[in-house]
Amino acid sequence: MKRKVYFDHNATTPIAPEVWQAMGEATANFGNPSSIHTFGREAKVALESAREKVANFIGARSSEIIFTSGGTEADNLALFGVATAFAHRGKHIIISQIEHHAVLESAHRLASQGFEITYLAPTRDGILLPEELAKVIRPDTILVSIMATNNETGTIQPIADLAIIAREKGILFHTDAVQQAGKRSINVIELGVDLLSISAHKLYGPKGVGALWVRRGVKINPVSIGGGHEQNRRAGTENFVSIIGFARVCELAAERMEADEKKFAALSEKLQAGLKEKVDDFRINGTLERRLPNTLNISFPGLDGEAIIIGLDMEGIAVASGSACTSGATEPSHVLMALGMSKREALGSIRVSFGRENTMEDVDYFLSVLPLIVKRLKALSKEIVEVK
Amino acid sequence: MSKDLVLAAMSGGVDSTVAACLLASEGRPVIGVTMKLWDYSKVGGDSHQDGRCCSLESMADARQAAVRFGFPHYVLDFQEPFFEAVISDFASEYLAGRTPNPCVQCNRFIKFRALWERARQYGAKKIATGHYARVEFSEERERFVLKKAVDLSRDQSYFLWGQTQKELAQTLFPLGNMTKAEVRQKGREMELAVADKPESREICFVPDGNYARFVSEHVGVDASGPVIGPDGREVGEHTGIYRYTIGQRHGLGISFGRPVYVKKIDPANRTVYLAYDAELWKRAFIVRELNWVSITPPKKEIGASVRIRYLAKEKPATIVPLGDGSAEVIFDAPERAITPGQSAVFYNGDLVLGGGIIEQVIDD
Repeated sequence: MKRKVYFDHNATTPIAPEVWQAMGEATANFGNPSSIHTFGREAKVALESAREKVANFIGARSSEIIFTSGGTEADNLALFGVATAFAHRGKHIIISQIEHHAVLESAHRLASQGFEITYLAPTRDGILLPEELAKVIRPDTILVSIMATNNETGTIQPIADLAIIAREKGILFHTDAVQQAGKRSINVIELGVDLLSISAHKLYGPKGVGALWVRRGVKINPVSIGGGHEQNRRAGTENFVSIIGFARVCELAAERMEADEKKFAALSEKLQAGLKEKVDDFRINGTLERRLPNTLNISFPGLDGEAIIIGLDMEGIAVASGSACTSGATEPSHVLMALGMSKREALGSIRVSFGRENTMEDVDYFLSVLPLIVKRLKALSKEIVEVK
Repeated sequence: MSKDLVLAAMSGGVDSTVAACLLASEGRPVIGVTMKLWDYSKVGGDSHQDGRCCSLESMADARQAAVRFGFPHYVLDFQEPFFEAVISDFASEYLAGRTPNPCVQCNRFIKFRALWERARQYGAKKIATGHYARVEFSEERERFVLKKAVDLSRDQSYFLWGQTQKELAQTLFPLGNMTKAEVRQKGREMELAVADKPESREICFVPDGNYARFVSEHVGVDASGPVIGPDGREVGEHTGIYRYTIGQRHGLGISFGRPVYVKKIDPANRTVYLAYDAELWKRAFIVRELNWVSITPPKKEIGASVRIRYLAKEKPATIVPLGDGSAEVIFDAPERAITPGQSAVFYNGDLVLGGGIIEQVIDD
């Protein structure tokens, strides 16, 4: 049996056993939390206790948590919820060029509905600078949305410094913290933001559940309407069992984050040292200074990242290129392009993202396979050049 | 059995899915690849034909089969080379007054060339497709030979005349010895969701079958001009030469008392010439891009059975190589509506001797 190595934790993570257990136990509690009877009340109590745990995880009050179906819905709700509630005050929104598609596509939709969007460019290192944000703020700006850490490069943005610029002008600030949750601690007070998105499955929780934190007093309009769930901000019966899992995973993450980070740093160092020794021609994209240690975005000049990923997959190793795509069309990563890379360079990149269950042996195996693939691809590309 | 890695091209249809799964079930190492060749939103027409090639649904069908049979499957983007080698060629051939055969071009330039380049990147030694045809090594001829499928009603060797020896050596056609009914039966036995999927005989990137719409949208030039009647007089106007093919009767909107047909399309003057049936029967034509498949290239003339379109009957002819990658083909008896742009394929029994693209019909 071929060895299997999963290096794609920024895409999703396996569910922690403790989380499974909590979810299994929660299935007994099947009542609708909105119901008046005992069954409903018991579920409601468990739901509110879960809300409190999720709130604690990010330093918030539990009444500020809106459970959603995940990061994408949280981002959608933040952008549409704020835009429609504050349209009377202005129609200008600022986001960055390196946002997740959940934010990018929301912004595109809002642009088609009469809002004006400014796309803030990062430095070549992938950092969004507060002074650059200050330059594009206008009197009619109502919202800034900048991600806390980038999913493709792992770059950590100076959110507190960015948010203060917006807040000084009374502009709301949203951050997509989906990749940060579980990897670095999050405190909404210290960040000084107004809205923040997280998702359970990026931190060893179940898929299909996430949350939008909205600072108390900030008005947003609901996107899904119906019953009065989530304080009239997100209609629909709560995804109860998954929410219980989400809460459990928040508790676990708080305990394990520090040990995880040390481990990721060691894995990352070993992988980079191995690459230097065995594959001379490569580059790490995005700054190494402000970065989640679990993420490495690597370019191989002149090679096709997709071919590397397939080669690795055939040997049982899972890595990613840019963001997951289902249509079959190969598009270069918009994040790497925003960092000033050419289309060809961007297509020659792969993303390695470590997780809790990875070992030094996993990195050894990766380092025993990758150089052979790189060698094969180089030999072929040389041949093609010679034929031409 | 060979342990060489095989790349199986999988459109998501029943044939290529069964072909890939047959190889995997024999224990051969397989990787499945669905080529993303074009996009409905870019080729226009009716985009709600979800089961067709290159739709998300067909990719999912291929993937489901691969997962069931335990081999990897990838969707690879070939939109650029496909556009260049097949779609652009298709449009420009129509504008040049010819009737192209995009499946031939796709096999030559995409499946057995561009896809092969990728196959090598992954360490694959062979490519397998769901074509109904056979490839064998002939000791006697000391070369690879291409043969018709056992199921003659499904035979696709006509589309494969462009294969070189090197390409044949690395090609597998797992369905060559099976009938379509057997393939479907096999698909059901393997519990493949696609076993009873209806098949399409339209050109994949013109899913609504409306070639004229496709060409006019893609080229967007005025190709209208005069229609000349059988007596040499102008009888009207047409809205684009790409709307016509040699031998076509319908769609002219003009009455002559007895049937008239398109005899010739002159792209330079954008003129369509009509004639009575008798004038459509010709004996000789020139092919370009000549390729000899199963035999060493002959120095002098050679007899063969020649097919001038996919569904045409083979007719005896003599092929005279002209030495510059072209040949003259002379039928024993006149043939109706020899059409430039279509492929002429030379057979000897089951054997595909070679083929080429019809360049020009020679007037007697």
